Amino acid sequence: MDTMPWLTLAIAAPLVGLPVLLVWRSITDDAARWVGLAATLAAFAVSIGMLANFETGEAGFQMVSKHPWVESVGLNWFVGVDGFSIWLVMVTTFMFPIAIAASWKVEHQVRRYMAMALFLETVIIGAFLSLDLLLFFVFFEALLFPMYYIIGVWGSKRRIYAATKFLLYTMFGSAFLLVGILWLYVESGKQLGAATFDLTQLEQLQLPTGVARWLFLAFFVGFAVKVPVWPLHTWLPDAHTEAPTKGSVVLAAILLKTGPYGMLRFNLDLFPEASRYFATAIMVLAVVGIIYGAIVAMMQTDIKRLIAYSSVSHMGLIVLGIFAFSAESMDGAVLQMVNHGLSTGMLFLVFGMLYERTHTREIADLGGIVQVTPWLAGAYVVAMLSSIGLPGLNNFVGEFLVLLGTFSVDRVLASIAIVGVILSAVYMLWSYQRTFQGSLKERWGSLPDLSWREGAIVVPIVAVMLWIGLHPAPVLERLRPTSEEVSERVRAVQVGEPVEPLVEASAPTGEQAP
Amino acid sequence: MIDPPRVELWAILPVLILFGGALIALLGAAFARRAAQAPFVLFTLAVLAAAAASALWLWDREPVTVLGGMASVDRLAVVATLVLCGIGALGAYLGFHYFEEDEFRRNEFYALLLFALGGMALLVAAADLIIVFLAIEVLSLSLYVLTALTFRRGPTEAAMKYFLMGAFASAFLLYGVAMSYGAAATTSIQGLARALTGTTGSQPLAVIAALLLVVGLGFKVSLVPFHMWTPDVYQGAPSPVTAFMSAATKAAVFVALVRVLDVAFVAQQWDLAPAIAALSAVSMVVGSVLAIAQRDVKRMLAYSSVAQAGFILSAFVQPGRDGIAAALFYVITYGAAVLGAFGVVMLISGGIREQTGFDRFRGLIRTQPVLAVLLTIFLLSLAGIPPTAGFVAKVLVFGAATSAGYWPLVLIGALASVAGAFFYLRIVALMAMRDPQGEDAADRAPLPRLVLAVPAAMIVVLGIVPGVIVPLLQEAGVLTW
Repeated sequence: MDTMPWLTLAIAAPLVGLPVLLVWRSITDDAARWVGLAATLAAFAVSIGMLANFETGEAGFQMVSKHPWVESVGLNWFVGVDGFSIWLVMVTTFMFPIAIAASWKVEHQVRRYMAMALFLETVIIGAFLSLDLLLFFVFFEALLFPMYYIIGVWGSKRRIYAATKFLLYTMFGSAFLLVGILWLYVESGKQLGAATFDLTQLEQLQLPTGVARWLFLAFFVGFAVKVPVWPLHTWLPDAHTEAPTKGSVVLAAILLKTGPYGMLRFNLDLFPEASRYFATAIMVLAVVGIIYGAIVAMMQTDIKRLIAYSSVSHMGLIVLGIFAFSAESMDGAVLQMVNHGLSTGMLFLVFGMLYERTHTREIADLGGIVQVTPWLAGAYVVAMLSSIGLPGLNNFVGEFLVLLGTFSVDRVLASIAIVGVILSAVYMLWSYQRTFQGSLKERWGSLPDLSWREGAIVVPIVAVMLWIGLHPAPVLERLRPTSEEVSERVRAVQVGEPVEPLVEASAPTGEQAP
Repeated sequence: MIDPPRVELWAILPVLILFGGALIALLGAAFARRAAQAPFVLFTLAVLAAAAASALWLWDREPVTVLGGMASVDRLAVVATLVLCGIGALGAYLGFHYFEEDEFRRNEFYALLLFALGGMALLVAAADLIIVFLAIEVLSLSLYVLTALTFRRGPTEAAMKYFLMGAFASAFLLYGVAMSYGAAATTSIQGLARALTGTTGSQPLAVIAALLLVVGLGFKVSLVPFHMWTPDVYQGAPSPVTAFMSAATKAAVFVALVRVLDVAFVAQQWDLAPAIAALSAVSMVVGSVLAIAQRDVKRMLAYSSVAQAGFILSAFVQPGRDGIAAALFYVITYGAAVLGAFGVVMLISGGIREQTGFDRFRGLIRTQPVLAVLLTIFLLSLAGIPPTAGFVAKVLVFGAATSAGYWPLVLIGALASVAGAFFYLRIVALMAMRDPQGEDAADRAPLPRLVLAVPAAMIVVLGIVPGVIVPLLQEAGVLTW
């Protein structure tokens, strides 16, 4: 039995850099960058340790550590990892050093930038590992501010508008989530004797069907805004477009995953009956999002907006996979969360490198770039091919599993979703053709190609993409037991199945039947 | 045979110390009007320390009522007195710094501050509605004068408005006291509780009495629709006075509300709770919405304080220990945040020049990084974003309201706090995301920054480990009958 508190360490690791950045105010910009990189690499190292200790073939939570935090309220520091969260933590700790390295050229308030990034990493990892609902909510809410700040301070022209829109949309969703969490908390006080936010105990609550459905919706709205599920997606293109390169990477690669993760972890776990009840409606929304995102992406003239709308489309696929409730589709959904982080993250990264050279996001301003920067174009092609699901690259595996799993449940929706996958090839390739091929504009004649630093950023992502694409077994075998367990649990419930009526919760008037 | 009344003055020792200090300060100010401020502020801090120490001494006493049922010695009073002393100390220092800039010294400030605090300390220990009324009058009169202390046109007008509205409030309060007497033939808080439990005949009268008291106290904590004076007074009063007033008055009056709603009229809770919930909901919504429209930071904070009063009140739909602890925790974190926020505003607005338009805050992170970071912490706490104490406070009051079954109220509150995030973070956006504009008139003295770091540190610590005081607050149970 390993006694290292890996999870607590993983959450705390990025924080070690924070005091340095906050206290040492005359730190040079370069030193601040190195502190940021070192702290994120430390977190990556810890997460590797966590992965090495992960028992393959186990479905439940591992490396659980639970300590009372605010005992009088029933709040615990309760963290644990299972097949779902381990990969999300891995992609987080993997992408953060890359994102930091990618923002090496940030000149403006570097120290503050790095501090915000480290704080952000901590709260995102925390959100993925929390098994206490309030603890999760604390992390879930706490990530808003650093992201708001990063978009608002280091973003482009309409950054404040975009940052505010991001903040208000997600807080709006969280408001419902908070009410749901408090409701469960109070209910647990009535049913279990002591009020608690402990996920494993809240699972045991007997909720009347109608109530569970309302609570499901409250949770769902909270997470759907983050995903974002169509039609709650409108903040995303603005936030993506205005965010600085690293902001977009973090947003795309990691932050968006807290939404579908929340659905997997909390909606399915706490409200299986309601999940079944609403599944079809949610799957329809997801498919609408897939097609809508693809079509709108096709019409964009701004590359960042194009990638943003492609995110809406791809995230739809993830939600589809979650609510198809088959073990394959859930595997696929989680894998797609990781994949989308890698490929969309890389798209933003490479485009960010191009943007640093050209300072334009308009497709029409570009063209023929491949002639002067073959390596950069090559990197973009890899990211793009991964994004559209070329076999041999990571997305193919995930998309295939989601569609396979969905097909066995609902053929019509799966078929429509496939159209979305095809459309993504269309808009991606078309945008590549307009941006990188064709005749070279004179002003781009002397663009430098990828530097060593940039190359070093890109190579590890490509390596991981190939690894998942060619040999997904190590990922899947850690994922599968959890997917199977969750899928079986949800499928075991019948829709409309009456829940044992509560003995005392009703009839406050005291009129008991004789 | 009449027992000679036992005089148990020890029970109100903090109040006596505060009033005694106030009298000495007043005499000092009368004889040394233009003398240096430093001895006055040191004296004030010493008085507050003594009052706090004497309050602590009362912590382990058996909860009793003394002085013929006029004052109660319980942990609620002790906690509230300590909070008030803390707020008073910060307020006194801010005032010292503020008036140092003006060519006229205003040494009466300290006397008035201590009188107001004395009134508040009496209010939180009140065991009789007559005392509640008297204490409210004492603290209000001091605050009216404090508001007008600079003799400028704006503050004088604000004080006038405050006074007139305050007079209305007093009338309601007195009417409520009278009705209570009508309902139960007593004005003692415990006496009311005893008389009103189990009776049915005089229930409507009791409900009306309770509501009138809530109206009277609602004026003082600026609940909608009794908030009309708030923006003008908050904006018009000198910044340190606003800081003190907004933090201390809310703390004291909400504690009085605990005594009224959770003790005196606890038997009527089912009748009162819907009205409380309604007041809470409209305060949260109206305060938040109106705050969005403001272009002056003091007015914005004033409307936001209306909303905050609504948040605190939402804990009152759940009578009992958890509701009280939630409200107390909220009052403490709100006090730290609002005091700090007005303190920073005072330093940024060029002190007595009181330039508090939004433009003042542009690009502050670059010209005044320390102040900008401090203000950000205070605003995040007011907005209820983790890991600040404001978040914990919101969860606690919402939790209390949920367990009373008022989840629609919680939903309204959660949505109102989204609106709140918008206007609080707009200031953060101005400070961090805009370029500096115009000359930088901010105060450069280091000491006020250090002093304001105290509430900021408190907010962060309580946000991360609320456990250090939450159990204590739950112990701060109120004296019932």
